[in-house]
Amino acid sequence: MTPLLQVKGIEKRYGARIGCTDVGFDLYRGEVMGIVGESGSGKSTLLNCLAGHLEPDAGQVVFDTRADGPVDTVTMSEPERRMLSRTDWAFVHQHARDGLRMSVSAGGNIGERLMAVGDRHYGDIRDKAIDWLGRVEIEAARVDDRPTAFSGGMQQRLQIARNLVTGPRLVFMDEPTGGLDVSVQARLLDLLRGLVREMGLSAIIVTHDLAVVRLLADRLMVMKDGHVVEAGLTDQVLDDPQHAYTQLLVSSVLQV
Amino acid sequence: MIELKDVSKSFTLHNQGSAVIPVMEGASLKVAPGECVALTGASGAGKSTLMRVIYGNYLAASGQVLVGGLDVAKAEPREILALRRETLGYVSQFLRVVPRVPTLEVVAEPLLAVGCEKQAALDKAAELLKRLNIPERLWTLSPTTFSGGEQQRVNIARGFAHEYPAMLLDEPTASLDAQNRETVLSLIKEAKERGAAIVGIFHDVDARERVCDREVNVSEFTPGVAA
Amino acid sequence: MSEYNFAYLDEQTKRMIRRAILKGLAVPGYQVPFASREMPMPYGWGTGGVQVSAATLTPEDTFKVIDQGADDTTNAVSIRKFFENTAGVETTEETEKATVIQTRHRIPEAKLREDQIIVYQVPIPEPLRFLEPRETETRKMHSLEEYGLMHVKLYEDISQHGAISTAYAYPVKVSDRYVMDPSPIPKFDNPKLEMDAIQLFGAGREQRIYAVPPHTKVVSLDFEDYPFEATKANHPCDLCGAEDSYLDEVIMDDAGNRMFVCSDTDYCRSRREAGHVGRLAEEDAA
Repeated sequence: MTPLLQVKGIEKRYGARIGCTDVGFDLYRGEVMGIVGESGSGKSTLLNCLAGHLEPDAGQVVFDTRADGPVDTVTMSEPERRMLSRTDWAFVHQHARDGLRMSVSAGGNIGERLMAVGDRHYGDIRDKAIDWLGRVEIEAARVDDRPTAFSGGMQQRLQIARNLVTGPRLVFMDEPTGGLDVSVQARLLDLLRGLVREMGLSAIIVTHDLAVVRLLADRLMVMKDGHVVEAGLTDQVLDDPQHAYTQLLVSSVLQV
Repeated sequence: MIELKDVSKSFTLHNQGSAVIPVMEGASLKVAPGECVALTGASGAGKSTLMRVIYGNYLAASGQVLVGGLDVAKAEPREILALRRETLGYVSQFLRVVPRVPTLEVVAEPLLAVGCEKQAALDKAAELLKRLNIPERLWTLSPTTFSGGEQQRVNIARGFAHEYPAMLLDEPTASLDAQNRETVLSLIKEAKERGAAIVGIFHDVDARERVCDREVNVSEFTPGVAA
Repeated sequence: MSEYNFAYLDEQTKRMIRRAILKGLAVPGYQVPFASREMPMPYGWGTGGVQVSAATLTPEDTFKVIDQGADDTTNAVSIRKFFENTAGVETTEETEKATVIQTRHRIPEAKLREDQIIVYQVPIPEPLRFLEPRETETRKMHSLEEYGLMHVKLYEDISQHGAISTAYAYPVKVSDRYVMDPSPIPKFDNPKLEMDAIQLFGAGREQRIYAVPPHTKVVSLDFEDYPFEATKANHPCDLCGAEDSYLDEVIMDDAGNRMFVCSDTDYCRSRREAGHVGRLAEEDAA
């Protein structure tokens, strides 16, 4: 079986400072991988390198494309990469307003990716938008409201709908539950879990919240100072951490 | 089906002066299909540790942990995930689920994960919940709000939904009333009859004698004691 | 004529603008940046159009200026005077006779010919601007042909108004490649964008020139189930009786009486001269 994503020797430097270095892993279809670490550990840099938002200084990000099989997305042309990020990839930002068009209605936000890939039937686009609102538990009646009128949790769910409407195969998530109330977080996590399973999505989730990865991620990568210090099955890494930093991280979580 | 060869396990506490605590040494064990083996030993002797090593939740320091031919001690995460999905079930003492998911779906989930058709999965889940006396009015609620005993039974239903060829049972009859205890014991017997290899921890001596074929005292694997 | 160089601008500047125009014609619909000059009129009064006209005019040309279809509005009159003074070219109000027509917000009703050039004044050349404020991003969208966003705007129109309510500056795709703002002409004029004449667009403040060569495919964007419609007020002209021209609505008194008249004054005048009569023609004559 070909991995959906093969990451090899990714390095990103900011001058002399290391953003992340020597990161490699394979991600298979349907797998959800968490990346945890404290602020400045390089996890967001890594995510942005993987998603094509930053150009890594070294390494490969090989994606198994539908048309041509495995292709290194770092060296592919920009139009191809942008096409990929509108179709087979999705990126969920921590702040919904970074991932939404705040001046466009919820329906327009969801429809954008459809129209970008050539959908030209208003009725169909709207039906799909309403269907997706339902799937992320937003009332159909809100389809013409702007996201500015939505709560933080709803905005985040709208962002997810907007991203998943084209049926991507790989989703990048940057602290998807950050900044949300705990009860809203739980609902979002449950929703994400359901969607991941239903759609057979692969996902890479960057977070500093260990509870989030325990619920969502099959696998876990722990980063510190730009390096991956430990990787493995999520419950194994959390319950039997091998590296000093992971042990510190796990023991630092307040128990409720 | 389940075979351990000279397995050892230790914990290194990096943040407490790098103290190395050996907890298991030379653990060897073999469980055939249709066989149920009980782990015994005093509290703290390492019964749960051994179970967790088999499940891949704890990383073995050395030795082989073979489940259905896969060496869990060295396998890739995705291989272990596939093993847990298809082959190796684990009924722990605690229910860990995402809030909000209805009980019926919690129980059906392992079946859906192996590609079972949705209605068939829900039917099977309903049958198990009925056998374990979870009132039907609770099926649409999340089990997170249930009492300890109810959660335990939901957990058992979930663990027995898919017919795993290998199973780990951690105190499956604890805190159950007599009737539900009987149901669980018959579930274990049925699993054995269809050829499941089972490793379990049973403090309930009577239950242990009724379902287990042999006992393995894990104290033998405690470092320093066996030597 | 005076000490002005022909058509106000110096020759170097006109060459620079002509290069931009030629590039624009070579890449239909593509916005070519140019070094827009200060003109002796405020931005928003047609500085882009005036510079393009200046670079296009020759002493033999006959020049016409219209503003919302009319030859006699302030803007049209002052630009016409400007070129009378600085270029000494002949001017006309008749579409037929003109070789260069500068326009704001209209395309004349009379069919333009291959030997004519029409110059549009453009306030905001970027059709994606209202949805994507970053110039770097809109340029990338054009270069990669990522035009989904343009349909988002039309989607929003339908979802809010039940129909595509964009009535002017209706976006078009030129020669199957670039999405272009046709300047704030009413969408009624959009079908005329496929014409025999050369079309040049000048945006002075935004420093962009673009063009549509003759006989170029120009398609108004739409949805399959909400096709493009070139609409106008459902009336004949009250002066000349024309049923095929774009109309202005004129409120006549406090009682709410109103009349509809051709926005193209030359078209209306020539029809009346030919004997066509509208509903209120008598009163108007009186």
